[in-house]
Amino acid sequence: MTAVLTISVLVLVAIAIWQMTKIFELSQVKAKTSNSEVANNEDNKNNGYLMFAFLVFIYLLTIFSFWKYSKFILPEAASAHGGQYDTLMLWSFVIIFIVQIITQALLHYFAFKYRGKEGQKALFYADNDRLEFIWTIIPVIVLAGLILWGLYTWTNIMDVNEEDDPLIVELYAQQFNWTARYGGDDNVLGDANVRMIDINKANILGVDESDPNGADDIIVKELHLPKGRKVNFKIRSQDVLHSAYMPHFRAQMNCVPGMITEFSFTPTVTTAEMRQRPEIIEKVQRTNAIRAERAAMGEPNSDPWEFDYVLLCNKICGKSHYNMQMKIIVESEEDFNQWLSEQPTFAETVAGK
Amino acid sequence: MSAHAHAVADDHAHDHGHHHKETFITKYIFSQDHKMISKQYLITGLIMGFIGIAMSLLFRMQLAWPGESFPIFEALLGKWAPDGVMDADIYLALVTIHGTIMVFFVLTAGLSGTFSNLLIPLQIGARDMASGFLNMLSYWMFFLSSVIMVISLFVEAGPAAAGWTIYPPLSALPMAQPGSGAGMTLWLVSMAIFIASSLLGSLNYIVTVLNLRTKGMSMTRLPLTIWAFFVTAIIGVISFPVLLSAALLLIMDRSFGTSFFLSDIFIQGEVLHYQGGSPVLFEHLFWFLGHPEVYIVILPAMGIVSEVMSVNARKPIFGYRAMIASILAIAFLSTIVWGHHMFVSGMNPFLGSVFTFTTLLIAIPSAVKAFNWITTLWKGNLQLNPGMLFSIGMVSTFITGGLTGIILGDSTLDINVHDTYFVVAHFHLVMGISALYGLFAGVYHWFPKMFQGRMMSKNLGYVHFWITAVGSYGVFFPMHFIGMAGVPRRYYENTAFPMFDELVDIQVLMTVFAIITAAAQLVFVYNFIRSIFYGKRGPQNPWGATTLEWTTPQEHFHGNWAGAIPEVHRWPYDYSKTYENGEYILEGQDFVPQTMPLQDGEEELQH
Repeated sequence: MTAVLTISVLVLVAIAIWQMTKIFELSQVKAKTSNSEVANNEDNKNNGYLMFAFLVFIYLLTIFSFWKYSKFILPEAASAHGGQYDTLMLWSFVIIFIVQIITQALLHYFAFKYRGKEGQKALFYADNDRLEFIWTIIPVIVLAGLILWGLYTWTNIMDVNEEDDPLIVELYAQQFNWTARYGGDDNVLGDANVRMIDINKANILGVDESDPNGADDIIVKELHLPKGRKVNFKIRSQDVLHSAYMPHFRAQMNCVPGMITEFSFTPTVTTAEMRQRPEIIEKVQRTNAIRAERAAMGEPNSDPWEFDYVLLCNKICGKSHYNMQMKIIVESEEDFNQWLSEQPTFAETVAGK
Repeated sequence: MSAHAHAVADDHAHDHGHHHKETFITKYIFSQDHKMISKQYLITGLIMGFIGIAMSLLFRMQLAWPGESFPIFEALLGKWAPDGVMDADIYLALVTIHGTIMVFFVLTAGLSGTFSNLLIPLQIGARDMASGFLNMLSYWMFFLSSVIMVISLFVEAGPAAAGWTIYPPLSALPMAQPGSGAGMTLWLVSMAIFIASSLLGSLNYIVTVLNLRTKGMSMTRLPLTIWAFFVTAIIGVISFPVLLSAALLLIMDRSFGTSFFLSDIFIQGEVLHYQGGSPVLFEHLFWFLGHPEVYIVILPAMGIVSEVMSVNARKPIFGYRAMIASILAIAFLSTIVWGHHMFVSGMNPFLGSVFTFTTLLIAIPSAVKAFNWITTLWKGNLQLNPGMLFSIGMVSTFITGGLTGIILGDSTLDINVHDTYFVVAHFHLVMGISALYGLFAGVYHWFPKMFQGRMMSKNLGYVHFWITAVGSYGVFFPMHFIGMAGVPRRYYENTAFPMFDELVDIQVLMTVFAIITAAAQLVFVYNFIRSIFYGKRGPQNPWGATTLEWTTPQEHFHGNWAGAIPEVHRWPYDYSKTYENGEYILEGQDFVPQTMPLQDGEEELQH
């Protein structure tokens, strides 16, 4: 596939260059009559037609990209607010593409239609208040709509509150891995600060051992979330900036050393359900075909893949930034509680050392 | 005021009417002549651009063929590419320095520095900048900062690698990454000098435009190029000092143990003493410059495009006053939108709302400009010279790239595309490619003015434009899809995530386009160098333009006009103007130079 693409691009470029040289030669013939570096009739004609061809190219590239690549776009959101996000995104795209198609058409068509010809007279047309008013007021109205809609959604998403008994989870970032901490039975996180980190006692998050809220905290390397329950994330970093990016949930917040940032969402699709979605099944098949190819060639990174939600680092953080990840598993509330009860508490791990 | 300036300028003329005894050094090296300084800016900028683009090819190859061994990596990166496989640290360094060089050294100094210097005196009718000495100083400080930036590539632990935005703590702690040692120190020193250079230049541009306009050259008779350079200089003066303070505070944190941007850090097994600083503060300071900076990059390109497009369309620019108003509106808004880079930085979400509002507002003047350019083409007699093609190309990429700004500027939608390749695609189209097109348009158009009437080969120009136009879209259009697949930027390779496996084909496609497009720039380099020495000499006013620079003789001398400075009688866009009976104002000529007084029976229609 890669080879086909590469070859087709090279062929297209070769054709383009061949056409160029033709133009070049043609204009050389003309050049005998007008030996100048200023565009003549022939140049205007050739480049005028190329402008039109370029419009076709832009359209074809757009169609090609959507046809080949739109299946790569992230699947439907797996969080409660994600639906609103996706709708707003869809409408923004509709508006963008309408404007794009019209303006590119006008621009390149005019460049073609009004290409210079000897004796052609341009129209002295310096001003038209009505026209300018129209194309000022239309963006104003459209953008006002988008701003209001966007701000309404933004305010909803970013309103991190304690209503509906949210699950409290700390996401802890460091070069180059993630740790999660649950509040435990009391659903309250114990105080923590990097100054209380004690590697010898495996207190890697610097949880205050004297804070009773922290004793039942549960520290894990795999993020489990219950379906249908709001999760409030308290996000920390111990060294540099990181960003907790959970693309399938339309969620992202930076991790800032020295402060606790917050994000909140409600997962709505379990990992198991997600794996059953047709688009995910297809994606996994496509990916595993690539990986099987690699396995056949004896290359690394070739184990079959099973879909999982993932938390990525999305703020440059150093050498292994590209591999700072944590698996996210969304499951039913019963499964989640079951899993949580099997994890050791902070008091247990510290005492154990 | 103009009359007074004129008198002063006339006095000044006596100093320069006679030729100084010029040595090689005063003419070519420590020149105070704005035309020579502009060429120095251009050539330094192009060399830096060559380095920056070459770097992008290296990391594009790594993205398309992750972990593959290339002899070229070993040759160019040495110990950073053992056995020809690129190291992850140097990948980040390449990305960082590519960004820094392209944004500051090519598109700020190379674009604005070149054309502000060349065109401000020539188009307003001045003998030189207000201060030739400061102008010279500005260039040499820029040169020094370029040299320091290039030197930083060779330090032992590697150059700065924290991204061009150099967010602390990553950029502040050598333990966090090797590039944050001597490499980052040199980066900061280089940028501090660059900022000083930029300020000297900008102040000079502002003073020159305000004070040295020739008689009759009112502000509303200025070509749009000058308006753009003037306003660019103003936002530079407003915002660059803030970056300087951010850089100084970062230097303090790095070297003197202060805690402006750092707090509560545990790294490599120990707690650092920093307490009470905030990385978010740095982000505010950085983007207070950083956002206006992208307009510092694009406004000169807009000005150049407006001028080149009008000349070659043989039509006045549509909506001259609206164009000025939109430049001013963009400049004003550009200083109050910086927070849109920080929607998910942890700052108060309410602040995010305000920045969404101001950011989407900026789409309005941008839309007005795009529509006005399109209307300028309507019913024109388009002379499709290479400069004109790049101008049309700039409008095309500006629209394509600008539209996705509506998504990124919306705080809600930014959540999931923030820092992904969607952003990379957006800003490369809207400010990278568009500003480069503006630069190329300017070079093709004003090359005869820079190099004693010699012109660049149009046919090579056509080859250059069409390959670049196709290639740029080929690189950056598919990139949006990578972003919407959730791929974060600044990833050394995407192989750690099976969900990104199937994107490799797109990566290869983009890299192939990138290599072809970069190769096309060699056509430009060849054309540029060849034309300096062997380019055909055109007429004094090859494009039939109305503006003052084409009234100067082709031969360069300090002072621009041999006799008195010409007086201006009309705006700069009297192309294809006719009497009511349809005859051109000047018989047999479809333009009226600014120096031509109003003719009998002619109406001053436009403003």
